[in-house]
Amino acid sequence: MLQDLTDAERAALAQCRHAVLGVDRPLRLDCGVDLGPYRVAYQTYGTLNADKSNAVLVCHPLTCDQFVADRHPVTGKEGWWESLVGAGKVLDPARYFIICVNVLGHCMGTTGPLARDPSTGQPWNLRFPVVTIADMVRAQAALLDDLGIPDLFCVIGGSMGGMQVLEWAASYPRRVFSAVPIACAAHHSAQNIAFHEVGRQAIMADPEWKGGDYRLHQTAPARGLAVARMTAHITYLSEQALQRKFGRALQNRNALGFGFDADFQVESYLRHQGSTFVDRFDANSYLYITRAMDYFDLAGAHGGVLANAFRRSPTRFCLMSFTSDWLFPTHESREIVHALNAAAANVSFVEVESDKGHDAFLLDEPEMFRTLSGFLKGAAAVRGLKETT
Amino acid sequence: MKSIRVDLQLIADMVAPDTRALDVGCGDGALLAYLVDFKRVDARGMELSQAGVNACVASGLSVIQGDADTDLRDYPDDAFDYVILGQTLQATREPREVLRQMLRVGKRAIVSFPNFAHWQVRLRLVFGGRMPQTTSLPYKWYDTPNIHLCSIDDFRALCRDMGVRIERAIVLNSKSRPIHMPPLLANVFGEQAVFMLKRD
Repeated sequence: MLQDLTDAERAALAQCRHAVLGVDRPLRLDCGVDLGPYRVAYQTYGTLNADKSNAVLVCHPLTCDQFVADRHPVTGKEGWWESLVGAGKVLDPARYFIICVNVLGHCMGTTGPLARDPSTGQPWNLRFPVVTIADMVRAQAALLDDLGIPDLFCVIGGSMGGMQVLEWAASYPRRVFSAVPIACAAHHSAQNIAFHEVGRQAIMADPEWKGGDYRLHQTAPARGLAVARMTAHITYLSEQALQRKFGRALQNRNALGFGFDADFQVESYLRHQGSTFVDRFDANSYLYITRAMDYFDLAGAHGGVLANAFRRSPTRFCLMSFTSDWLFPTHESREIVHALNAAAANVSFVEVESDKGHDAFLLDEPEMFRTLSGFLKGAAAVRGLKETT
Repeated sequence: MKSIRVDLQLIADMVAPDTRALDVGCGDGALLAYLVDFKRVDARGMELSQAGVNACVASGLSVIQGDADTDLRDYPDDAFDYVILGQTLQATREPREVLRQMLRVGKRAIVSFPNFAHWQVRLRLVFGGRMPQTTSLPYKWYDTPNIHLCSIDDFRALCRDMGVRIERAIVLNSKSRPIHMPPLLANVFGEQAVFMLKRD
């Protein structure tokens, strides 16, 4: 299964672990397709203790991956959640066994549209089955089975990672001791679907996309993917954050250029975001992962009543939102809290004051760390997890 | 053993160990922490102020931001053994409905409130001619959150109206010491009261 890898996948797999699953029993996807065998790439930090009670699953958001706290194999940048995971941090590998799994459909080593369809020997590209958040979580659960990890002390994630946390708690309540969904929602809103659609259309409108078969044609829809990233990136920030960071400041010039170069710093910044993104992300994967988020509707999957997703849940929940996040605004977290209350589940909810928009969950937000640290301390005490392993 | 406010201690003493409790208006979580630490209670909190919520969660307590007037509705019947409302009833918009919800969500309700018929209150209004300010009612008329003040007798009357059984009633004097007097006098010398209620 390791032939035909992209350079990025090769670099990723050289720096993390992977498992080939679904050989005997394929993964039944929500769309009805049986997928197997499939590869799951994952990274771990720390060691599993003797009674296997210290496993923490970090679920990554759309454009991040399994490299939570080590240098990225493609970009060389530091891990995307090093503020949270690492020695002396809230999630310290000295105490917890931390796992992060590259999600199904992604492009950092786990099977996705880049892989070959075993039945035809041809690259899947757009013939790859559409996967859902629940499918991603099933693949993660299958990996834990493979690793012999019965349950998780905590499942934590922001944005799409938060959706996976909710799905974990709903699908495998007995395997989730505590759950921390951050800056997310129980369904993707019309506005969020709309923004994703703009991104997908930008990719598909790129003549180099070739109906998804760009690798066969040795082209790359880099412009389309860059525009998709630029649009999405705006939704991750807040009006205040953009204003504070850039205002109307000009880029390397003293006066307007009366043309269409990047006159403004904000333009230059977005162009940079777009052009660097294409080096580490696959355009088809972007289509698939955004689709998975769009399809997420936890209440819809439980008879239209969100509380039904959490009936008799033994899990301890801690939800967090940020005041300036307009992509996953606080009221969407509150909706989840109401449902958890209706199910009489154990829930904490904190709204963090921040002007940094949706991205705040990836940044240095002391209030978020304080909350998490307190919540995990409380959960560890109930679980009987020792201070140090 | 850490000490908590006298009225909170009285409430804590009413809660049986190893039960489930919801503290509505839990403030900084002092009562919750006591119930968790010393009575192994599965204790949850609801607090209006976000700063209070964040402080509680950061200390490991299960607390959400919420409003007694609107958010008790979310919970199913009999979700808790006790629903506690300390010094907050008088600040709710619909105290009667809040009590009804508390006794729906909880098998028992524990309520504490300041007594507006306390002798100091009476004197200040009758002879001072001004809205009373006392230790348990420290606000000015224009900045008080207390919009539905009542006396101990008023509260008893409401319980009668609602068909709610009073299982225990403790009246505290201005030194926060329990006093034992017939109801008529308790309504004069009690500065605050703690009631444990049950659906009849």
